[in-house]
Amino acid sequence: MKKITGFVLIDIMRNRFVLIYTLLLGVMAWTVFNMEDSASKGLLTMLNVVLLITPLVSVLFATTYIYNSSEFIELLLSQPVRRSAIWISMFGGLSSSLVLSFLIAAGIPTLIYAPLNQALLLIFTGAIITIIFVALALLASIFTRDKAKGVGIAIMVWLYFALLFDSLILFLVFQFSDYPIETFMTVVTASSPIDLARIMNLIQMESSAMLGYTGAVFKKFFGGSWGLLLSALIMIVWATVPFLISLRIFNKKDL
Amino acid sequence: MIVVTDVNKSFGTLKALRHVHVNCQPGECIALIGPNGCGKTTLIKSILGMVLPDSGKITFDGQPVQQSYQYRGRIGYMPQIGRYPDNMTVKQVLDTIKNLRSSIKNPDTQLYDAYQIKDILHKRMRTLSGGTRQKVSATLASLFNPDVLILDEPTAGLDPLAAEILKDYILQQTSRNKLVLITSHLLSELDNLVTEVVFMQDGAIKFHKSTASLKQETSGSTLAQAITLVLKQNRA
Repeated sequence: MKKITGFVLIDIMRNRFVLIYTLLLGVMAWTVFNMEDSASKGLLTMLNVVLLITPLVSVLFATTYIYNSSEFIELLLSQPVRRSAIWISMFGGLSSSLVLSFLIAAGIPTLIYAPLNQALLLIFTGAIITIIFVALALLASIFTRDKAKGVGIAIMVWLYFALLFDSLILFLVFQFSDYPIETFMTVVTASSPIDLARIMNLIQMESSAMLGYTGAVFKKFFGGSWGLLLSALIMIVWATVPFLISLRIFNKKDL
Repeated sequence: MIVVTDVNKSFGTLKALRHVHVNCQPGECIALIGPNGCGKTTLIKSILGMVLPDSGKITFDGQPVQQSYQYRGRIGYMPQIGRYPDNMTVKQVLDTIKNLRSSIKNPDTQLYDAYQIKDILHKRMRTLSGGTRQKVSATLASLFNPDVLILDEPTAGLDPLAAEILKDYILQQTSRNKLVLITSHLLSELDNLVTEVVFMQDGAIKFHKSTASLKQETSGSTLAQAITLVLKQNRA
């Protein structure tokens, strides 16, 4: 398994896309922190980058990479290699290279400019969101052999979690604004990793006032160490469950 | 060595394999023949564990193949259409597989030398012609001295000289008590090469006979004649 992960990593490094992503993200992070007059504003901008660009890049790159590796997977399958080892290596190689480039590009400037605990939380959420969207990409690409369809599903997944889900929540909030739905909202939030990450970070940045009364409920829940730990756990579940489902399908697939 | 027992497989409504039984022993060179889409490649892929049968059992040296993967280290597989990562060079492909099969100490470089793979090591896979690709596939299948060779349409796309080299290699392997499984449409190519014939149609095995008895029964002088006669008898 180590060997195959090595092949995947070398192959990704040879592909210039990840390098360009690292460079662009790095340039963006350094400019953001240098242009904003306060670190907290910079951190807020970085948060939006983490919540929109990182998942998009992860899900698109991982999906296309899986489709482009179909020959490689086929070649490996006729060799004395465990089937699950191939898929796990794909997941490991993709997520570690994307997480690494995120850490280098966005992690270093954030650590330098932002307060430590907020910076660490932002870096953790960025890394885990990368892994979550690689896992979702693996799931999207296992469902269909058609590359165009697979990439389409991947974009839909991103669109749903990054944009549509918010509109849905907004709609719910307006419709039920007469009822005490704050606790319910906390639960709903957990069903989108991006929203969960946003709230975790906003609470840490003491920007919960922007969220009104719901913000107070969120703060009570996510502000404590238990809430933080629980949300981190939910994020990890978001990363593992889609991957495990895709692994199950891959193990039973005819190739 | 490879025993296939009552294997069924369907892709949706298409029944690709129906109650397939095959028994392959070392030293045999088995030709798997039949019309297009009769399930030859599906059977081969089931043996390799790339296609998972709906029911039935396939064993390699007594071990069921479904739970195991090590047995593939003893098989050299040459696919019908060799699909390789486009931007890898020939050398990188060979090194990758060598690395995976590091337990094999002395590789068999006979085909590697005969096909002069050394001269194309630096070329990327996408730049190779269909025939050269087939040469790389054949080299990969033979390189690790496998006990079993599975060749899916091996000579399609190869030039006559390269095909002849491959045939010599196959004959040599059979005489070394190895098992060779070939699928092909060109019956004339298989003459003198194969010891057994398995004929498949619509996913089922119609007959499995040794070449000698087949020729004797039909008093045909070549394999092609013998098989044509059998098919005519079946229809009548």
